[in-house]
Amino acid sequence: QQIQENLNKQLLDNLVSFLSRSHSGFQEKTTEWTCRMKFREIPTAALVLGVNVTDHDLTFRGLSDVLQDNITPYVALLEAKDCPGIKNLMQKLMGQLMKCDIVVDSLEYEDCVQVSQNKIPCSMPSLISWYDSVTKKTDSETPSKKKNSSSRHWQSPPVVVIFKDMESFTTKVLQDFIVISSQHIHELPLVLIFGIATSPMIIHRLLPHSVSSLLCIELFQSLSCKEHLSTIIDKLLLTSRFPFKLGEKVLQVLINIFLYHDFSVHNFIKGFQLCIVEHFYSQPLSVLCCHLVDIKKRVYSLSHDQCENIRRLPSFRRYVEKQDSEKQIELLTNDSFLKEETEKLLEDLHVYHENYVRILRCLHVFTSSLPKYPLGKQIRELHCACLENRLWETEEYESSLQLARMLNKTDLVTMLQQCVEILMSSSGKEFDRAVEKLKEFLTQFQNLEEASQERDVSASPQKELQKKTDLYHLQKTLLELKESRRSKKLTKFEMLRFEVVDYIDSLVRRYLVPADERTLHEVVYFNAAAVLRGHLNAAPRTALHTALNNPHWYLKNQALRCDGGGISNKAPDICIVYKLHLECGRLINLVDWLEAFSTVVMAAEEPNADAASSDQVDDVIHARFIRAVSELELLGFIKPSKQKTDHVARLTWGGC
Amino acid sequence: MSRPEGMRGSRRSLQVKFVPDEDVLKHISDDSGTKVRKDKAQLSVSVKRFVKKLENISNNEAQEILEEKNYVAALGICAQDPVGNGSDISGGEVYSFQTPKRSNKMAELASELAQTPEKNVAPDRSKCPEKMAKTPQNSKMFLLIHVFSLLFQSKKKEFVSTTPYRLRKRLAAPDPYLESESEYSASCSEEEDEDEQKEVSTVLSDQKTPAKTKSASTPPPRNSLAKKKKEQKMGNLVEEYFEAHSSSKVLTSDRTLQKLRKRRLDQKTLHDLLKNAPLAYAAEIRDLNQQHESLFSKWMLQLHLGFNIVLYGLGSKRDLLEKFRTSLLQDSVHLVVNGYFPSITVRSILNSITEEVLDHIGTFRSPLDQLEFITKRFKEDSSLELYVLIHNLDSQMLRGERSQQILAQLSSLPSIYLIASIDHINAPLMWDQAKLSLYNWLWYETTTFNPYVEETSYENSLLVQQSGSLALSSLMHVLHSLTLNARGIFRLLAQHQLEKKDNPSYPGLSFQDFYQQCREAFLVNSDLTLRAQLTEFRDHKLIRTKRGADGVEYLLIPVDDSTLTDFLEKEDEDV
Repeated sequence: QQIQENLNKQLLDNLVSFLSRSHSGFQEKTTEWTCRMKFREIPTAALVLGVNVTDHDLTFRGLSDVLQDNITPYVALLEAKDCPGIKNLMQKLMGQLMKCDIVVDSLEYEDCVQVSQNKIPCSMPSLISWYDSVTKKTDSETPSKKKNSSSRHWQSPPVVVIFKDMESFTTKVLQDFIVISSQHIHELPLVLIFGIATSPMIIHRLLPHSVSSLLCIELFQSLSCKEHLSTIIDKLLLTSRFPFKLGEKVLQVLINIFLYHDFSVHNFIKGFQLCIVEHFYSQPLSVLCCHLVDIKKRVYSLSHDQCENIRRLPSFRRYVEKQDSEKQIELLTNDSFLKEETEKLLEDLHVYHENYVRILRCLHVFTSSLPKYPLGKQIRELHCACLENRLWETEEYESSLQLARMLNKTDLVTMLQQCVEILMSSSGKEFDRAVEKLKEFLTQFQNLEEASQERDVSASPQKELQKKTDLYHLQKTLLELKESRRSKKLTKFEMLRFEVVDYIDSLVRRYLVPADERTLHEVVYFNAAAVLRGHLNAAPRTALHTALNNPHWYLKNQALRCDGGGISNKAPDICIVYKLHLECGRLINLVDWLEAFSTVVMAAEEPNADAASSDQVDDVIHARFIRAVSELELLGFIKPSKQKTDHVARLTWGGC
Repeated sequence: MSRPEGMRGSRRSLQVKFVPDEDVLKHISDDSGTKVRKDKAQLSVSVKRFVKKLENISNNEAQEILEEKNYVAALGICAQDPVGNGSDISGGEVYSFQTPKRSNKMAELASELAQTPEKNVAPDRSKCPEKMAKTPQNSKMFLLIHVFSLLFQSKKKEFVSTTPYRLRKRLAAPDPYLESESEYSASCSEEEDEDEQKEVSTVLSDQKTPAKTKSASTPPPRNSLAKKKKEQKMGNLVEEYFEAHSSSKVLTSDRTLQKLRKRRLDQKTLHDLLKNAPLAYAAEIRDLNQQHESLFSKWMLQLHLGFNIVLYGLGSKRDLLEKFRTSLLQDSVHLVVNGYFPSITVRSILNSITEEVLDHIGTFRSPLDQLEFITKRFKEDSSLELYVLIHNLDSQMLRGERSQQILAQLSSLPSIYLIASIDHINAPLMWDQAKLSLYNWLWYETTTFNPYVEETSYENSLLVQQSGSLALSSLMHVLHSLTLNARGIFRLLAQHQLEKKDNPSYPGLSFQDFYQQCREAFLVNSDLTLRAQLTEFRDHKLIRTKRGADGVEYLLIPVDDSTLTDFLEKEDEDV
């Protein structure tokens, strides 16, 4: 559990650092451009962030941190939900700015507290006076400190106000704020930053021209969320740094949720965290999922039960079956031998991961530039495909190899160079041979180039010769040429190209074996996609529907078993009532409903009851009916209706 | 498509005879006048038999006969429905746009009880309307074309059926789509009539279907009208669909609980009755719950890791959460919120946090301030931990946008652990992306099948039980404390209102008339005394006054008629 907390922290750190890096670009621009403040125009930055609203929080936090560190101590983050009116907005703004102040300069602490305790009217003049006092104080402080602060900030640092979600602010509030602050721009260097989720046009739609003309807007486009995702996948999954890995289905689920539901990197991370938690919670052998250094220690501390657990793993069984009989017995009976073997296997697994990632990247270099992207544009698609099954058996791989055989030389050479770089960066000796081989290919290509240049020279006079002949001859020669080309052996370049592709193919076959063919993959791979989907992307309506339609699914009673979607008359009351109501239109007559219900229930209870007793509906059945109906009301299937006495309105499917 | 086959087969045995529409309509109106509601007992007997027999039914003619028989019985009970209701919607229209469950015989049967076809047909002719009603049920509602073709098949019987005009119109519309069926229809008409066949063949192929066959059978003026209609509506399937959906008419019987002569159950008797009734499948439900209980420690872990947990699924999750609380949260600070309680507000939740958990005395200007305060406290003091259990997060009071926002922010605090349950089918709609990410939910399906005892007890559910008795008892209570004359005055008003209960636009009794009546009954002697008395009534909310358009004051008792009747009966007993 410690590990997993560590992992979580690492994850978040990664994310934050990444985000702030992606935004450092903005900051630089902002600094340059705040210098040229214009007369009565408020410099404004519009940040187009895309629809992944949930990530914005982190982005803005990172942004304001960076701003505080580099440019100005006065940063205020405003959210629409805090600012229903201009007054609240000002209050919030003042509060935040003064708090910032506290952080920057502890000397002023008491001052500020006093100020806020006095509850000065929150207005622009008071803000200005505060600002003046603050800046003056910074000026009047000891030279050393001043130097210190001016190295970080300028003489009069601007006040940055960030509107997190511009779309949800009330137009009135925004307009008022802008108009007011534009009048004070001389005294107060104010910078606005709008966070925009949709399109930059929204500014002009929200603000009338008279107001927007007061702004000097510059647009910044943030990176698309997809790029964020690929970076995260790159950093988390395609490294050997984290021992924990995602299985194919799980990754697919996570990516699907991302692409089809929310585009939220934040949620992706959440899903990933959940995977980690689930894995460590449900898999007893997850203790072994740790960094390579710790493996030895942990393997030796395994108890007997845990060893048994290892023996029960399907992948380990497969492994055992492949061994010869003596070793089999040894593995199945001797704990210490098993431990040694396990350690070896885990190390193998680790090495496999390292190699896997390298080769995956190499392959990605090749496939990502092929026309139509048979194996996907992104490396994550390739990764999924590799995890799913043997890559070289798929059709897509076949076709991409075909395409790779038709690459031109320059592309091929650059790709090979990239591959060499990737492989060189690995520390292991595994790839030395591969690198050498690739380098050899490269030199051969170079040689080819020289050779072909020569050939070009020889080819050109031939062409000239052809030009002189008449049309008939031309046709003839062309036909001949065609014939000869068909029968001609492959050129040297083509031969070499084939060789390269074949070599890559062999690498793929060697290293990109799907993970679930590896022994002990259960230890590091999390594969319970259904669980994950259930927790992250639940379908409460479906669950309700199944429960009502097919109670047998939940209550394992033979009496409830029914043929093909039907329902037996012994089902729980609410199921019967629900079924009956499905047959009705928009309005349901309670009396008829009750009667139908009692008919069904009586038929279930006493099939040979005499007719006389059913004349009046039994009190108990009546009560049961009332309960079931009010339960349905609670569940939102029906609501009381005033249209007709003793009727309820149906609210769901098909009723309309 | 075995269905039309069967129909055709059965139709052969049926004697086809031509009856003009006028006659049919006359017949219907006669029927509705004379038809008496059959004995209910008899119906339920036949119905029960039907249940049993339907178990092993296949698509053969035996079924047709059975259904027919049953349908007749069903019609018997429903026949009291007056045709002159002003609606001309046929059974087929009622059925056609629903989610039909063919396989589910029982429900279908019950639906015949629950739904009342508008038609009253003499038994010998009942087969055809039944077809009208049944055929759409066979097909899925998406397969509109299919539906129409089936309808078209059944339309052949129009010569004897009593299909209302409107349905016929509908049938005439989807001509183009029936082209594929034209072969079939031709063969049908061949059987019908040789002359007709000839006429059909002379028309254009795409027009040769219903309208033409009809043209042979219906009187000429009617025919031309139908044709015109048909041309207008040709191919407007989409419009038809929406037309059918937008029609505000819904067909249900007019029966009320009043007529059932059933005493209304109040909350207490209901509770007692239910307590005595055995809970079905107790063992299975217990198994199910045990399964959920095994997850408790996992929930705990996940709560601590910053997730919040939401439970969904059918059945009350109250007991489950209670068990979770008692087994794991005994030693920690926790707050249980009964969301189903009708007067719960976010404010009260926040108050209980600030006052009881944080021991803060004082008020806040707004929930936002309060939230800020709580956030600050929890951030300052990392040792503070709070478990919040919310039953029914989706209840009426908490489902508002603002309250959800506040709760979401609350739950996003790292040291507040939220575990909540939702029941409403549309509950997930109340969260947008931002709130979802604040909540950081983990979904757990916990279908318990437990009855919602507590949750529904506060609900003013359907007025089946309580409101009537409550109003009545309060009426009695107030009146008993009044003088005899005052009670007389009230009685007069009540009686008058009951006399006029059939008039929906009854404005109330005008003051002058009322004064006259009271004088005649020697209840008051002057205008002023009556006014004084009325003021007292009004203070007790027994009456309501309304000024009409002509400036006259009208008096009305704002109680429904049934309660009023009960009241008068009780009064009579007392006197």
